[in-house]
Amino acid sequence: MIWKIFLFLLLVFVSVAGIAFPIVENPQYWYEFPFIPGLGENAKIIFFHVPTAWLTVIGFLMSTIYSFKYLRKKNLDDDVKSYAAAQLGMVFCILATITGAVWAKFAWGSFWSWDPRQTSIFALLLIYGAWFALRSSIESEEKRATLSAVYSMIAFITVPFFIFIMPRIMTGLHPGSIPTNPNEEQVSPVINFKMNGNMQLIFFLSLIGFTILYFWMWQVGYKSMLLKEKLDKQLIRG
Amino acid sequence: MNSKSYSLFLKDFKSELRTRYAINALAMFIIVAISVILFSVGNEKISQSLTGGLFWVVIFFTAMSGLSRAFVSEEERGTALTLQLIAAPSTIFSGKLIFNIILVFAMNTVIAILYSVLFEAFVIQNFALFLTSFVFGNIGLAVSSTIIAAIIAKAGAKGTLYPVLSFPILLPLILTSVQLTLFAFDGISFERAKFELAIVVSYDVIMLTASYMLFDFIWKE
Repeated sequence: MIWKIFLFLLLVFVSVAGIAFPIVENPQYWYEFPFIPGLGENAKIIFFHVPTAWLTVIGFLMSTIYSFKYLRKKNLDDDVKSYAAAQLGMVFCILATITGAVWAKFAWGSFWSWDPRQTSIFALLLIYGAWFALRSSIESEEKRATLSAVYSMIAFITVPFFIFIMPRIMTGLHPGSIPTNPNEEQVSPVINFKMNGNMQLIFFLSLIGFTILYFWMWQVGYKSMLLKEKLDKQLIRG
Repeated sequence: MNSKSYSLFLKDFKSELRTRYAINALAMFIIVAISVILFSVGNEKISQSLTGGLFWVVIFFTAMSGLSRAFVSEEERGTALTLQLIAAPSTIFSGKLIFNIILVFAMNTVIAILYSVLFEAFVIQNFALFLTSFVFGNIGLAVSSTIIAAIIAKAGAKGTLYPVLSFPILLPLILTSVQLTLFAFDGISFERAKFELAIVVSYDVIMLTASYMLFDFIWKE
């Protein structure tokens, strides 16, 4: 119970701080963020967009780990855990796509422009979508667990390409990617920007808060699936 | 790679020669897809980058229309259990893989020849680069579609799911192959294309290893 209150307070603080703290040219007080040329007020999305993208990766990773465990031990419990993780990953993947697109509208001028990052998150959405489509097409529980575990392993070895390699080798507009002209001495501040201390603090608090939230949600999802299974069995027995 | 997988390949090859199902379906699909593109292009001059993209669109959908036969036909005929009795999973995968690789090479060669005849912008300046990327791209395409075909055959939903499951897996390969094809159009040297070539080669190696490791689980299901 204590940690739920702690999580609530943490997320409230992060939300309020992330939205309400002012951005000024020369930060003097602890609650002021520095002004980043080219980003301005848009920079605040980092407190909400980056954690969702991070949780997408966590969800995908956990789903694959439990798939791997299922293939080794053939314990259907692991399959349920993997499914719960993937469901959450899908939710956060959609959230990351939407928040990113909204930010892109204000920062780049259009919702979607096939930036390498956008391509890679789109590929992730496709992988999740295909995974759920595969699961819904199989009736037998064990068969579904095995085949979807194998597919998630195969998908997982192609994911690093999208998340870690492609956005870093292709030129793009997203913060953190290679600038369009690498020979330029002065890299555009939008692509290569530094956070100051308090911005970093709020950013990492937000990451921690969202990660705890993720694990809580995952546990609730897993338990609800177990209860649903139990109820189904009771209904069948009459 | 042993004699059993070779004889499995021969069996597929002979039954294919007898019915000519996959060859006919693939040939007609290629003609239909390219003529649709030609109709929609009309008299307009399309750029090289668009031609390179369309080249891989046709390759992808042709592969999706024909390559799932390898395992689906075994399930349909009910011969999958017999195969399980007489050979190890890796042997079966090798046999099916050889068959699919040959099929992919045949169909992509036909597509490449048709494109160079029918599209003005399809002019290859650096032929060696095109050939290298073509060979490695084809191997990757064959490996990924063979392992997904095995999943599909077991899943029961035969046709519609195949492109859905394959596309995200093939996306890294297709994106880099399109890039390499454009490099070959522009006559860019090997030295400048080595990074993209490395991605394609490592994709092949990774997919091949993972497929052999994971095929056991699919096949015994």
